[in-house]
Amino acid sequence: MPIQSVNDFVVRFANVNGSGSASANELFARAVLRMGVPVAPRNIFPSNIQGLPTWYEVRISQAGYLGARGGTDLMVAMNPQTWDKDVAGIEPGGYLLYDSTKPMPRSKFRDDITVIGVPLTAICNREYTDPRQRQLFKNIIYLGALSALLDMDVAEIEKLIAEQYKGKEKLFDANKHALHLGRDWVMMNMEHPIGLRLQRANAVGDRIFIEGNSAAALGAVYGGATVCAWYPITPSSSLAEAFTRHCNRLRVDNASKQNKFAIVQAEDELASIGIVIGASWNGARAFTATSGPGISLMQEFLGLAYFAEIPAVVFDVQRAGPATGMPTRTQQTDITSCAYASHGDTKHMLLFPEDPAETFDFGAIAFDLADRLQTPVFVMMDLDIGMNHRLCRPLAWDDSRKYDRGKVMTAAALEAGKDFGRYLDVDGDGIPYRTYPGTHPTKGSFFTRGTSRDRYARYTEEGPAYADNMQRLLRKFETAKDLVPRPIQANADKPTKYGVIYFGSTSPAMDEAIQMLEASGQYLDRLRVRAFPFHSSVTSFIAEHDFIFVVEQNRDAQLRSLIVNECGIDPVRLVPILHYDGTPITARFIARAIGEHLDALKITPLRKVVS
Amino acid sequence: MTYVVKPKFHHPELPKNKLGYTHRDYEGKISTLCAGCGHDSITASIIEACFELSIEPHRVAKISGIGCSSKTPDYFLGNSHGFNSVHGRMPSVLTGANLANRDLIYLGVSGDGDSASIGLGQFAHAMRRGVNMVYIVENNGVYGLTKGQFSATADRGSKSKRGVTNTDSAIDMVGIALQLGASFVARSFSGDKKQLVPIIKAAIEHCGAAFIDVISPCVAFNNHAGSTKSFDYVREHNEAVNFLDFMTGRAPIHVDYAPGTVEMVEQHDGTVLALRKLNAEYDVHDRLAAMSFIAHHAALGQIVTGLLYVEQDASDLHGHLNTVAAPLNALGEKELCPGSAALDKINASLR
Repeated sequence: MPIQSVNDFVVRFANVNGSGSASANELFARAVLRMGVPVAPRNIFPSNIQGLPTWYEVRISQAGYLGARGGTDLMVAMNPQTWDKDVAGIEPGGYLLYDSTKPMPRSKFRDDITVIGVPLTAICNREYTDPRQRQLFKNIIYLGALSALLDMDVAEIEKLIAEQYKGKEKLFDANKHALHLGRDWVMMNMEHPIGLRLQRANAVGDRIFIEGNSAAALGAVYGGATVCAWYPITPSSSLAEAFTRHCNRLRVDNASKQNKFAIVQAEDELASIGIVIGASWNGARAFTATSGPGISLMQEFLGLAYFAEIPAVVFDVQRAGPATGMPTRTQQTDITSCAYASHGDTKHMLLFPEDPAETFDFGAIAFDLADRLQTPVFVMMDLDIGMNHRLCRPLAWDDSRKYDRGKVMTAAALEAGKDFGRYLDVDGDGIPYRTYPGTHPTKGSFFTRGTSRDRYARYTEEGPAYADNMQRLLRKFETAKDLVPRPIQANADKPTKYGVIYFGSTSPAMDEAIQMLEASGQYLDRLRVRAFPFHSSVTSFIAEHDFIFVVEQNRDAQLRSLIVNECGIDPVRLVPILHYDGTPITARFIARAIGEHLDALKITPLRKVVS
Repeated sequence: MTYVVKPKFHHPELPKNKLGYTHRDYEGKISTLCAGCGHDSITASIIEACFELSIEPHRVAKISGIGCSSKTPDYFLGNSHGFNSVHGRMPSVLTGANLANRDLIYLGVSGDGDSASIGLGQFAHAMRRGVNMVYIVENNGVYGLTKGQFSATADRGSKSKRGVTNTDSAIDMVGIALQLGASFVARSFSGDKKQLVPIIKAAIEHCGAAFIDVISPCVAFNNHAGSTKSFDYVREHNEAVNFLDFMTGRAPIHVDYAPGTVEMVEQHDGTVLALRKLNAEYDVHDRLAAMSFIAHHAALGQIVTGLLYVEQDASDLHGHLNTVAAPLNALGEKELCPGSAALDKINASLR
């Protein structure tokens, strides 16, 4: 039986990298959105510019599920290279749209799917002679075919094309023409719509559609970052590039036409973090954007920033490691290397945003936290959040908000005779005062160093002075626990002895998994951790439950280790649920994995989770 | 190494500069380097240059890497902020600091291990970017703190204190600085304060990347026969091309030098350097000729010193990035945060 579904299915486009398919596919996703139906698109692409296979997966969900679902209901198979795998990946009863210009042997298809052949190349070649036009318009032609097959509102697609080519009438007309070539062919030659259909709804609301990297960069603009130093690395490059774009629009002085920002593409990640530390030491808000290998290269500097107490903000858009790993695939895999970055005893603050909107919030807050606590702060994103458009609440800013520059001693305070010890804990919170270079002619200067020093920044190798300083750094870390974003707890409707801890991009899949589990009578309280160091509520949440599942996207259960280590928890009570093949975690995976554990624990009757 | 506390009293008639400061106001902590270390002479020259220029000490940021040379910022300008950062990474820290506040003077102090070995990359890129700074390499051709290993500037064929002959080619940092676009390049000798002090002064006044390679013999590990960085060797092979009579201000200048022996070099900001030529053919404005001259003399075993190259219309990183005149670290919410109205517009464009 062909699948019948309205506003709830997955379309997957299989393309060749560099063929111009990305903009047509994105147009499709946006058109669905304009019809008031939530979508969650995901780029699945190789580390390559031209020629290798690439996929664009669009999950359409009126219910608003934005996590990856897994499986494909409609495959738009435009890449002969991956044909077999693509056809095999279609759900039973699903659909296959392909270019039927060249006849395919029957053995290349499946009996349990609906095959839709549209002679795209033939239509294209009849219409166009220029090879590049043939390639680009073929994408728009299949979009036109889809619009008829799925019963889409074609006016919405036309409106989007008009917005895209505003002021370029010729291009608009050409694209519109191509769209209708595909649409008309389907309308004249085949039964339509198919069992998968789109219907206008009102489920999007005022939400926006933005990539996490762009939102993070906006957070840095709003958070007052003036210095950005970076080295190109997937999947973080577009964050620094977005910062450049936003700054050029929002941060150029009207009168002088000069920039209220400085962006340096450095020679490597060591220089990037060095520039950030130099700028922060000198009182500017500075950040870098990188990924796992960059974090590895920054280790020495991060230890210096921890020990010398210099603010720094690092956006880590995580990808699959180790080594070069899978540079265009997603993972949550730098938790340990960031939390304990560098040699010696170190601990760093981590923030775990769940989506672009929270990435904006945390992107701005990170600068306040770094200044307040005078230490590096990592915004732990990943490729899934960073490089995909995600539907999320609108970005918000309170105009009464002031930047928290932390404890900075001014010339006036020094002049008034206030005792200044760079590493002196005057308030009992472990946070000392600092001065910016050039503050006062004779007071407040100090020598910043990575070597051990006393409370007045004087070099010393005395054991007690060293230990005193290391203890104060721990006190400061304690203080941080109440300053970082708190975990968010949501309890099941029924009392349960089981809980789940998750974080970051797992969020949408988790929400959906909870509903799947509840549908089969399995209840879990949940806690979304949003920062490290962990707030005391993490420990109490664990204490309140017999077993806790810790869901994460890495092999070694890095967050779980951090919890065991930092909260003193018996590891037996934390059950790891791990997804690390480089694809985004799905609700199906979580529900199945947790369901199996719960079944094994015999706490509910053996019941299969929907899969 | 000395470990007594430095006394604060001084002669009541010690000369004062325009700010009313004496030399003592430009000093730092007492040096912990070996007695007779060339680096201490460079420290003294930095103090002298800042004193003579009447620089407010707290308007200088001293930044260094790791090593003997990198310790020295603690020994001068005690009222300046200093930053003893990471081995080989002073240039990036300095670049960031400079971006944050363009109003301070940035003095980077490094060594040959710090800049020619572990930090060669950062050295090169800071030069390329034209960071407005004085970059001093205290070059002794040896790792002092780890007791006498060759550094990357040690000449091929020179002997270590243990009698080992160096078989690797030497890195000439002056040559690299010239090639990569430094707009002020000089070489001097820690033992020649008369030559060094005016060079440091001119470098401070220069707007752009100013690089000074100062040969600074290591008395503990590289001052023996067979070394090409010993006091004796450097004195014997020093080929000074010019001598700088530094002048500042924009007033007309009258000098009584014999024609052809002195060149007035006006810098971008209007300050003027009086350059007394020791070698009539040497042209400080010709980057390529300078590179060739230095390489030619190096092949003859001679160490060319003096102001080797200066670009009169030099520009710096802030100019390239078109940053505002106000220091970035002085901007607050008002200047930096676009506000909620702008964000609403952005939201609207994302639907």
